[in-house]
Amino acid sequence: MGRTLAEKVWDDHVVRRAEGEPDLLFIDLHLLHEVTSPQAFDGLRKNGRQVRRLDLTIATEDHNTPTIDIDKPIADPVSRVQLETLRKNCAEFGVRLHPLGDVEQGVVHVVGPQLGLTQPGTTVVCGDSHTSTHGAFGALAFGIGTSQVEHVLATQTLPLAPFKTMAITVDGELPEGVTAKDLILAIIARIGTGGGQGYVLEYRGSAIEKLSMEARMTICNMSIEAGARAGMIAPDRTTFDYLEGRAHAPQGEDWDAAVAYWKTLRTDEDAVFDAEVVIKADELSPFVTWGTNPGQGAPLSASVPDPASYEDASERLAAEKALEYMGLTAGQPLRDINVDTVFVGSCTNGRIEDLRNAAAVIEGRKVADGVRMLVVPGSVRVALQAIDEGLDKVFTAAGAEWRHAGCSMCLGMNPDQLAPGERSASTSNRNFEGRQGKGGRTHLVSPQVAAATAVLGHLAAPADLSDVRTPVEA
Amino acid sequence: MEAFTAHTGRAVPLRRSNVDTDQIIPAHWLKKVTRDGFEDGLFEAWRKDSEFVLNRPEREGATVLVAGPDFGTGSSREHAVWALQNYGFKAVISSRFADIFRGNSLKNGLLTVVLDQKVVDALWELTERDPQAEITVDLQDRQVRAEGVTADFELDENARWRLLNGLDDISITLQNEPEIAAYEARRPAFKPSTIQA
Ligand code: SF4
Repeated sequence: MGRTLAEKVWDDHVVRRAEGEPDLLFIDLHLLHEVTSPQAFDGLRKNGRQVRRLDLTIATEDHNTPTIDIDKPIADPVSRVQLETLRKNCAEFGVRLHPLGDVEQGVVHVVGPQLGLTQPGTTVVCGDSHTSTHGAFGALAFGIGTSQVEHVLATQTLPLAPFKTMAITVDGELPEGVTAKDLILAIIARIGTGGGQGYVLEYRGSAIEKLSMEARMTICNMSIEAGARAGMIAPDRTTFDYLEGRAHAPQGEDWDAAVAYWKTLRTDEDAVFDAEVVIKADELSPFVTWGTNPGQGAPLSASVPDPASYEDASERLAAEKALEYMGLTAGQPLRDINVDTVFVGSCTNGRIEDLRNAAAVIEGRKVADGVRMLVVPGSVRVALQAIDEGLDKVFTAAGAEWRHAGCSMCLGMNPDQLAPGERSASTSNRNFEGRQGKGGRTHLVSPQVAAATAVLGHLAAPADLSDVRTPVEA
Repeated sequence: MEAFTAHTGRAVPLRRSNVDTDQIIPAHWLKKVTRDGFEDGLFEAWRKDSEFVLNRPEREGATVLVAGPDFGTGSSREHAVWALQNYGFKAVISSRFADIFRGNSLKNGLLTVVLDQKVVDALWELTERDPQAEITVDLQDRQVRAEGVTADFELDENARWRLLNGLDDISITLQNEPEIAAYEARRPAFKPSTIQA
């Protein structure tokens, strides 16, 4: 019987297989950041162990880093200690680190792909749930806990129980103005935040094949929000073109050998998935969340749902609680929801294409009075590219704040936070209670919707904007 | 992980039931970046009272905690185990442990021993009467011994085997070193490396 993409990658990494025991899998790439690594390094130290494969390990700083005044000492002592600890650990064990201020610094899931380290058919792990991002390259990539981080540092392997496979087939073509973010929000709303539990999702179909690498990363990034172990997309020409010439992509003969292997990484015709979902791309429209989990979303043209309309009692209760926390009333059109803050960034939508998309909407327009807009590139490289293209000017001319790279307002761990009761349209991935700051209210949106929302001050799509624009001075 | 065959030491009788992980190590300690240094956080709230049993001079250097039923309930934080170990405890005896706490303790090499409440009572009486009394926790023979007390205990074979040999998950994996090395040797040359060529 044929095998799925995920099964092929898994099989190619089995170090040891024994009856009644989990497979021992080899890990090709281990990404580290400051939050989940300290106790793992401590464990190594205590047991007199080394990092087994420094050449497969890389660290960056992102969660705790400020996005302004990055040359000043970090004000929050807890954040400072976490960053200092990472620096000390990397120096002691010899791990390559890109600290704040380094040209390769950025959100860990933006840095790996842009260096060309994330490659098809590899296993990628990181002490962070959004490691699923890397699956966009046809890698088997998933988040792990601190004791597993230590395990990988010491052995470059992980004992793992098998997963199930789910095909998410997206046929047709995404309509004009509908993005990868809208698609993944619609998928999560459809299968639910627990719908992917125990599965590796494979996104396939004609609509997926047409997506750029950036868009594919947005999709795979949020697989975890459907509860999935990982998300994957089969590598193709788009993938190879993205990788060719990057710093850590194979060169010369290695490149040819790699591509020949990568081309075998497709689900066989006769392979059987444990579950299948089919989505029609043509029926989609801009999608936003109204609740407090990423599955509580609806088309922008819809209204806040009435909790009473849910048949399932626990869903009804969840909706009631969400509306209360979000300060919304059933039946209110989503377009009538006013926001205080707009955030463009994160490992979901902080890549160059995302910034281009937001800039294209906001160019020659102004951020509405009383709205603050933060644009935070996912990495320093993304920032430099954006500056080269003049995107920073487009944003600042519109009245948005152009910041330094980092996780920023994606989570309330650094200074960029919502105040209690404040409402945001955010291109990040989680709208949990307090995720962007205690009491903050989050609506997840695409970069285009974020930009249109910033201009109008309420949730909106680019199609809602008038044609009047003022040219930006170069 | 240190191998555990048998341990003999003085005890701390903790006559409280339902000691949850928040009491073992309060949440504000979770911001720490190490697995060490949690000893001062152990039972932090109770230790503000100079009469609390852990604060008594005669309990200094004790290594066996004899606790009431349902020890370790609450959150899954591994820090609770680290705190007990950092303080110097090698074994905890109770008539019932919370599942997650027990799993965490065995993973970290802290032996949690389940004994009948009658035996726990006897150990409390003994160690309260004579703070110098020693308790032996023998994993080889699966037996707890003290003056006037001999009690067998159960522990699943897999956990016992790991503890006796001092095997943590990493050690177990490292027993497959030849397989790992063989896999590494056959990895294709085109696989990514974080070190620039
Ligand atoms: S950008 Fe957000 S989701 Fe991504 S790694 Fe940072 S905190 Fe996590």
